[in-house]
Amino acid sequence: MPTFDLSQTPLRELNQALHGLAAGANDTEFEVVNPRGSHAVAVGCDAPVAVSIRGSVGYYCAGMNSAATVTVHGSAGPGVAENMMSGTVVVEGDASQYAGATGRGGLLVIKGNAASRCGISMKGIDIVVHGNIGHMSAFMGQSGNLVVLGDAGEALGDSLYEAKLFVRGSVKSLGADCVEKEMREEHLTLLAGLLERAGVTGVEPSEFRRYGSARKLYSFDIDNADAY
Amino acid sequence: MTYHNPPTPPRKSAIFDDVSLAEIRRAAATGIYDIRGGGTKKALPHFDDLLFLGASMSRYPLEGYRERCDTSVTLGTRFARKPLQLKIPVTIAGMSFGALSGPAKEALGRGATLSGTSTTTGDGGMTDEERGHSELLVYQYLPSRYGMNPKDLRRADAIEIVVGQGAKPGGGGMLLGQKISDRVAEMRTLPKGIDQRSACRHPDWTGPDDLEIKILELREITDWEKPIYIKIGGSRPYYDTALAVKAGADVVVVDGMQGGTAATQDVFIENVGLPTLACIRPAVEALQELGMHRKVQLVVSGGIRNGADVAKALALGADAVSIGTAALVALGDNDAKWEAEYNALGTTAGAYDDWHEGKDPAGITTQDPELAARLDPIAAGRRLANYLKVMTLEAQTIARACGHNHLHNLEPEDLVALTIEAAAMARVPLAGTGWIPGQTGL
Ligand SMILES: Cc1cc2nc3c(=O)[nH]c(=O)nc-3n(C[C@H](O)[C@H](O)[C@H](O)COP(=O)(O)O)c2cc1C
Repeated sequence: MPTFDLSQTPLRELNQALHGLAAGANDTEFEVVNPRGSHAVAVGCDAPVAVSIRGSVGYYCAGMNSAATVTVHGSAGPGVAENMMSGTVVVEGDASQYAGATGRGGLLVIKGNAASRCGISMKGIDIVVHGNIGHMSAFMGQSGNLVVLGDAGEALGDSLYEAKLFVRGSVKSLGADCVEKEMREEHLTLLAGLLERAGVTGVEPSEFRRYGSARKLYSFDIDNADAY
Repeated sequence: MTYHNPPTPPRKSAIFDDVSLAEIRRAAATGIYDIRGGGTKKALPHFDDLLFLGASMSRYPLEGYRERCDTSVTLGTRFARKPLQLKIPVTIAGMSFGALSGPAKEALGRGATLSGTSTTTGDGGMTDEERGHSELLVYQYLPSRYGMNPKDLRRADAIEIVVGQGAKPGGGGMLLGQKISDRVAEMRTLPKGIDQRSACRHPDWTGPDDLEIKILELREITDWEKPIYIKIGGSRPYYDTALAVKAGADVVVVDGMQGGTAATQDVFIENVGLPTLACIRPAVEALQELGMHRKVQLVVSGGIRNGADVAKALALGADAVSIGTAALVALGDNDAKWEAEYNALGTTAGAYDDWHEGKDPAGITTQDPELAARLDPIAAGRRLANYLKVMTLEAQTIARACGHNHLHNLEPEDLVALTIEAAAMARVPLAGTGWIPGQTGL
């Protein structure tokens, strides 16, 4: 298993090694040690490899990930798994702001808490946070699912499009055009699948409430101006 | 003797003019602000207010058809492994698929490619047609991140991070439901037919310090190959340019308030931002102070119409210019041959700006397949290439007359201003004087 010690090796070498891997290449597991808060670690992966990062990372770890499984054995700075396309990103610790921002696919699991703007502008990604999330999460969320086992901060789902939000704990406040919605059978099934994929045990889908868009801001209407 | 009071003719107010009155009535009737495309319609100090001095006793000119006047420019020499080599210093600005039809995007690519220059995607992602027809394609990285993906990032020739646009510095985008076809909706991951608001701020960085890290990420994803541009709306060009350099830009694009937009509130277009003329010298000054002029290239846009505008922008220190509106006109936008249809829409050729409604008779700013089919992308691309050729020849004509063998050798010293305002903004003397308002004494 190739190991990159970021206290010795430039970031460039790591990311270059992870790009354009030929199908069927022998090395499918990579390890990164001493990340020491480095930014842009394991960004732009485009093959089904596993990358284990032993320590905490800075901004944009696993940005634009496709197909790879990236595990951060520590905490992640802002924008972890931003614009992820597919694959899985797991943060064993906490995640800073904008976790999973604009993500289009794949699964982001945060075992600790996520700060503000988790899932901002999400476009198809599934995000499961074991702890709490901060304010303005899922702002302008277009598609995908955000599952929170703990509590959500202020203005959850502000200006939401079609992303689905599931929160088990309390929600401090809902943002403009975000409303609680009925939890139907199909949502319970969806949620059960997400919890299983995220390795969550001992928690039932029925413990969650569902939030989504009231779709009142979908067409500009002057009588809604106060909501903008 | 009878005395007649001379009659007082009816006099309209210069303040409450016809346009202002009509807008008050329109607002009162509809309760919604006016949205339109295009740039400001106000008369602003502009390139027309500058003149070239030409050669004289102390400068000798170059011979028109015999002596070479180079027009090439390389963008992205600072960090990128593959800078863009352009044959002419005029590029096609970012205009989205969504705002424009597929064939219109294709035509822009064809015209730019024939001319040896680049074209740019827009808020809505990259289409295969425009990639296929554009030899050099700049991929915009916008706050909405509509259609953003690493595959397109890697097949782009450069990346342009859009911080702002001259028509609306500080504003987000808008694409109204009429233009959200199935394909546009799919590319943007949004339901069909709804009004789309593009965010005005990027979702995952807020200032120059984290933009620097964002740029690192984009460079790492693309293996340091692509030039990275930062596009700013004309607002605080001196500081914004300096901060863009600090954040790691290879190229800074400054778009003045004359710049076009696909759809923005009229109040925004007309009242926010700095005229293009006022943007260039502060941006150049920032680059010079940092020792980065010509190392980080400066691209200027907003109201560029002809070769004289190109030459003036370059003389003021830009490395290249970018055109949006003029390129659309070259394709066929606002052509008088559709006058009857413009009239039916309540307007006239030359004034049509309801691009957001998607009913463009010229078939350019629409997603209606029947209207879009009116534009032949091959012929329209040819027209754009012709126009770019004329612009280049015009700029060369001026440069030769000023004695320069490369457009980049044009200097502020070649220019004078016709008005005090233009002299102050362009920092060149008022014609016939040595006075640069704000720089030298009377
Ligand atoms: C129809 C249209 C669509 C545009 N779309 C975008 C866009 O998606 N992103 C962007 O940064 N600028 C956009 N612009 C602005 C142009 O990139 C450019 O800044 C401007 O057109 C330059 O000014 P000019 O039109 O006077 O040449 C658009 C402009 C027009 C006319």
